[in-house]
Amino acid sequence: MEKILDVKNLHVNFATYNGTVQAIRGVDFHLNSGETLAIVGESGSGKSITVRSILQLLAKNSDIPEGQILYHGDDLLQKSDKEMDAIRGDKIAMIFQDPMTSLDPTMPIGKQVAEPLLIHHKVSKKEAMDRAEEVLRLVGIPNPKARMKDYPHQFSGGQRQRIVIAIAIVDYPEILIADEPTTALDVTVQAQIIDLLKELQEKIGTSIIFITHDLGVVAGIADRVAVMYAGKFVEYGTVDEIFYNPQHPYTWGLLDSMPTLDTSEQDHLNSIPGTPPNLLNPPKGDAFAPRNSYAMEIDEEEQPPFFKVSKTHYAATWLLHPDAPKVTPPESIQKRFEKFQALKSGGSVK
Amino acid sequence: MADEKTPIVQVKHLKQYFNIGKPNEVKAVDDVTFDIYPGETFGLVGESGSGKSTTGRSIIRLYNPTSGQILFKGQDISKLKNRSPKMKQFRRDMQMIFQDPYASLNPRMKVKDIIAEGLDIHGLVKNDDEREKRIKELLGMVHLNPEHMTRYPYEFSGGQRQRIGIARALAVDPQFIIADEPISALDVSIQAQVVNLLQDIQKQQGLTYMFIAHDLSMVKYISDRIAVMYHGKIVELADADEIYSHPLHAYTQSLLSAIPVPDPEVEKTRKRIDFDHSKHFTDNQTLQEVLPGHFLYCDDATAAKFKN
Amino acid sequence: MEQTPQIPKEKFKMIHEDDNQEQEKIGTPSLTYLQDVRRRLLSNKVATVCMVLLSIIVLISVFAPIVAPHNPNEQKVEYANLPPKIGEANIPGFNGMQKRGGKVVNAYKEVGAPKGTTYLLGTDYLGRDLLSRIIYGTRLSLIVAILATLVDLIIGLPYGIISGWKGGRTDIVLQRIIEIISSIPNLIVVILMMIILKPGLASIVIAIALTDWVTMARLIRAQTFQLKEQEYILAARTLGESSTKIATKHLIPNLSSTIIIQTMFTIPNAIFFEAFLSFIGIGIPAPNASLGTLLSDGQKAFRFLPYQMWAPAIVLSIIMIATNLLGDGLRDAFDPQSSD
Repeated sequence: MEKILDVKNLHVNFATYNGTVQAIRGVDFHLNSGETLAIVGESGSGKSITVRSILQLLAKNSDIPEGQILYHGDDLLQKSDKEMDAIRGDKIAMIFQDPMTSLDPTMPIGKQVAEPLLIHHKVSKKEAMDRAEEVLRLVGIPNPKARMKDYPHQFSGGQRQRIVIAIAIVDYPEILIADEPTTALDVTVQAQIIDLLKELQEKIGTSIIFITHDLGVVAGIADRVAVMYAGKFVEYGTVDEIFYNPQHPYTWGLLDSMPTLDTSEQDHLNSIPGTPPNLLNPPKGDAFAPRNSYAMEIDEEEQPPFFKVSKTHYAATWLLHPDAPKVTPPESIQKRFEKFQALKSGGSVK
Repeated sequence: MADEKTPIVQVKHLKQYFNIGKPNEVKAVDDVTFDIYPGETFGLVGESGSGKSTTGRSIIRLYNPTSGQILFKGQDISKLKNRSPKMKQFRRDMQMIFQDPYASLNPRMKVKDIIAEGLDIHGLVKNDDEREKRIKELLGMVHLNPEHMTRYPYEFSGGQRQRIGIARALAVDPQFIIADEPISALDVSIQAQVVNLLQDIQKQQGLTYMFIAHDLSMVKYISDRIAVMYHGKIVELADADEIYSHPLHAYTQSLLSAIPVPDPEVEKTRKRIDFDHSKHFTDNQTLQEVLPGHFLYCDDATAAKFKN
Repeated sequence: MEQTPQIPKEKFKMIHEDDNQEQEKIGTPSLTYLQDVRRRLLSNKVATVCMVLLSIIVLISVFAPIVAPHNPNEQKVEYANLPPKIGEANIPGFNGMQKRGGKVVNAYKEVGAPKGTTYLLGTDYLGRDLLSRIIYGTRLSLIVAILATLVDLIIGLPYGIISGWKGGRTDIVLQRIIEIISSIPNLIVVILMMIILKPGLASIVIAIALTDWVTMARLIRAQTFQLKEQEYILAARTLGESSTKIATKHLIPNLSSTIIIQTMFTIPNAIFFEAFLSFIGIGIPAPNASLGTLLSDGQKAFRFLPYQMWAPAIVLSIIMIATNLLGDGLRDAFDPQSSD
């Protein structure tokens, strides 16, 4: 597997009236060719900022004091605006959350889909429109030839998101960044869009970075998962490792606070108390410590490094230090551990 | 279950149309009938545009219903005049919790004045000391620090704001609360906090809830009974467990099949069921009780099949 | 990454947070919305400078009888068309020197003014002190501006709120009225007013009153339409709050930014409208000064005595630019989007 994207020690700051907000505080990750990496986190965790900095789509008051974003070994942060224009939409494309505001309401959709081709390649208008039609068919717009002349408002929300995806993939990008692409959609439409993304990935071999706050969606689409909290990754691993063998108390909390269809009303939901920290003055130690019922003294003093769980699985929690006491995770997490054992021994999970 | 009791809310053939007689007429709620029993949580589920929020707003009389009856404790409130004493009492008995924690609090008002709005309108406190005391009590009920009562909404996080909204609703001692997607704008880790709080308050005060949502797993967890809405109609209504274990309507089945589950193995085997509107909706259908306590929107022949 | 750091064992003691209240504490100092607006406004240098300039102009016009060096209407024909002069200082343009018949002469000496006679901005063709006339003219402009603003608030604000809040048929009727009013050009309204009333401050103000509130009413209506669907307004309705109370408690405070910003654009419009009317000769009648009449007079002698037009033109420009820029600054300061 080839690493096509390698982000190293990324820091992003925002200058505000109240001072500097350290939105991203040292993030490392890579993307392998052909895989789907999901970045999960709550609002304000920095997941959108992380991916926006890849395409340099950050607000004007931002600053990247440290870090590298290597795309095939080239640092994107050193590229000029012009060089980035050649990469954006051609090699790396992005899908946003709101399908209505990502489309131009005054332009027929066929033209919008063909536009990236006309910008990045010397193709004739006819070729571009033919390709647009083909891609619209690929994303499941019925009767694309006739509908290419229609305007965005003539489509439903789900279809609009399909059109947004068509624009993103028309040039067969190497990397597709999807920033909460299903959050604004109904659950049945969400399921269709996720199926579509999986299907497209198989057909055109794009690597996907998928940003979401919904762990259910992650379980369905990701190969690998990174969990983000307060501007840092706290745990990353394969989808099975994160869902069946989570190590970080924050991951536990996230998984535990979602009711499953067999949680009954008698059980209280396990919630994570409190709210995320203010990144204007990030805490000295582990940012999650104040909300963590498994916090130790060391958590308040020093940020935990990543501890290796397996070759693909790392978690930043002092609980993995050999000297740390053994703790009992929440009940629902223990059930997940059992599934992990069953999986490892080759059996299937019931 | 609560079947033997008299319902606290009875909705009979409620219709709520907008732009009547114009080309853009919308039948947001189209002949909906259901009962809600004291002490239960009634879940109303549907996708955007299904009419679930409109139903809630009609019941609490933010809209004037086009036709039909809404009985609250046996009394028809669908035609109450705005300034009548009965309406004033109704405004205390029924309250609403809103969806957007950022839009539901007036940004120019202090938290204490937001919470006390109902107290002031209904004259529930005699003087400033009593007002202050009651505000502190309400803040305590929603686990907020009373020291922050002089602050403005923007200083609070989404979950905290939602709790301020809950305190505002509780201030007038309501018996029935409509929660209109109260958690859908919140982060996962905060959703559970708010849901737990709602349940604790329900137990303490013996409240009845109508919980409107599109997140089916949370609705299943919090509700006793669930109604599924689609295109302005209730297509299925049954006990929460029954809806999930034996969905009868094709739309309910499709909706359930689409819920993402945080378990990769489940997701790998998930089969999405598509729903074809024209195939499942015909003119001669009504909402009928096909199994005990289980209502289905279907034609008579289908209903007869289930009854046998 | 895979090295295990050495940490003293006792650091691995579990700490139990038994009090979540600590978590909920808000650390930042409590700022009210207006304090926040002020902070943002003051951090905008252009807007601050404009605010200071306007304050100075307002103060000078308020205290015009004290500040003005001469009576603005007092004519001294023998001192006609004197150039600007500041004391005995020899500043080019302000030293009382003037070109007459190809020669530069001391104009003050020529007319035999006693030593110490100075007109800071010179005099006009009737020997009236230009500075005093500008001060009084500005005062008049500001009176027009204040009256226009009052009309905006008294008619435009309630009109917009009622139209937006009631909606439906009420809204349709009220909007038709607005459309009729705004379809008649201002100038025609003024000329009609002149036929009924005599030219003067009253007819200008009535003309502005008849037409100027329309923009405010439209903006407020559009905003009210948006606000009335806000959930906090719905919440107030479910609590049984009356419409009047909703308007004063919820609508007006949240409309305040629109109101203030619109006012900052009404003011220069009204000032300019008055100046324009006076300039074309149907505004303030002689001998009273207004920036418009001063410009009109100055324009007649512009080739030979340019200072007579420069001075009022600069004052008018400063007022117009400063209110507009301050309006922009206020909009940024009020706009929650631009907040951090």
